[in-house]
Amino acid sequence: MELIFELVKGKNKGDIKLYALSTCAWCEKTKDLLKELGIEFKFIYVDLLQGDTKQYAIDEVRKYNKNCSFPTLVINNDKTIVGFKATEIKEALS
Amino acid sequence: MYEDMPEDRINKFYEKLKKDAEAGGYQLNPDTNFTKKLVKGLLVNQDRYSYQACPCRISSGVKDEDLDIICPCDYRDSDLEEYGTCYCALYVSQDVLNGKKELVSIPDRRLTEKEKIKQKESKIEITSSLKYPIWRCKVCGYLCARDGPPEICPICKAKKDRFEKFL
Repeated sequence: MELIFELVKGKNKGDIKLYALSTCAWCEKTKDLLKELGIEFKFIYVDLLQGDTKQYAIDEVRKYNKNCSFPTLVINNDKTIVGFKATEIKEALS
Repeated sequence: MYEDMPEDRINKFYEKLKKDAEAGGYQLNPDTNFTKKLVKGLLVNQDRYSYQACPCRISSGVKDEDLDIICPCDYRDSDLEEYGTCYCALYVSQDVLNGKKELVSIPDRRLTEKEKIKQKESKIEITSSLKYPIWRCKVCGYLCARDGPPEICPICKAKKDRFEKFL
């Protein structure tokens, strides 16, 4: 199975994935920060998925963040930033 | 998503939450723009799952599995004590309200499913010699001695299913 992310265009800094919840205000702040930085990224709202796809997404998030909390930001399949951590995000993407 | 929710519904619920919070000695996050997003999230979850699951946590859609994250969640008081904010930052402490403490995104103390099961298994059943068992409201800590928990917590209005046998 492959998850369908929504793409936000911007400067290419590699593969930047944001797992978020559509109802979460911290996720929105994280998304806004990435937009502000003008970086290209893709995001997915895990709470809007259904059934097997939702479970698949949860399992995928757990690979990066065992607590499966949101927002989970994954940079180049390597660095994971959990929660809205503005300074850390800016440093990682500068 | 859910852009069509009427402002009026969000504002009314926000006012209710604010009033209830303050009556119980709690404070809502003074950043109303941010707070109203969370309030909207609660209403979205109410419509979607028929219970007000935390907007910043993933819900299973099964109420029994999500009882601990129905707002106000079981973790609010501990998080307010340690960080000055609950997980989603709907509620904040007096220090955050007064600007003495900075409001930041905090880690989720909800136990992972595995840890929860482990904890349940290791719980030793206490045989009590009390005349009545003691029930504890997991939302606000209210204790009462009676045969079963009350229908509604007289302090914070949490429902019966948020009580645990304490002693």
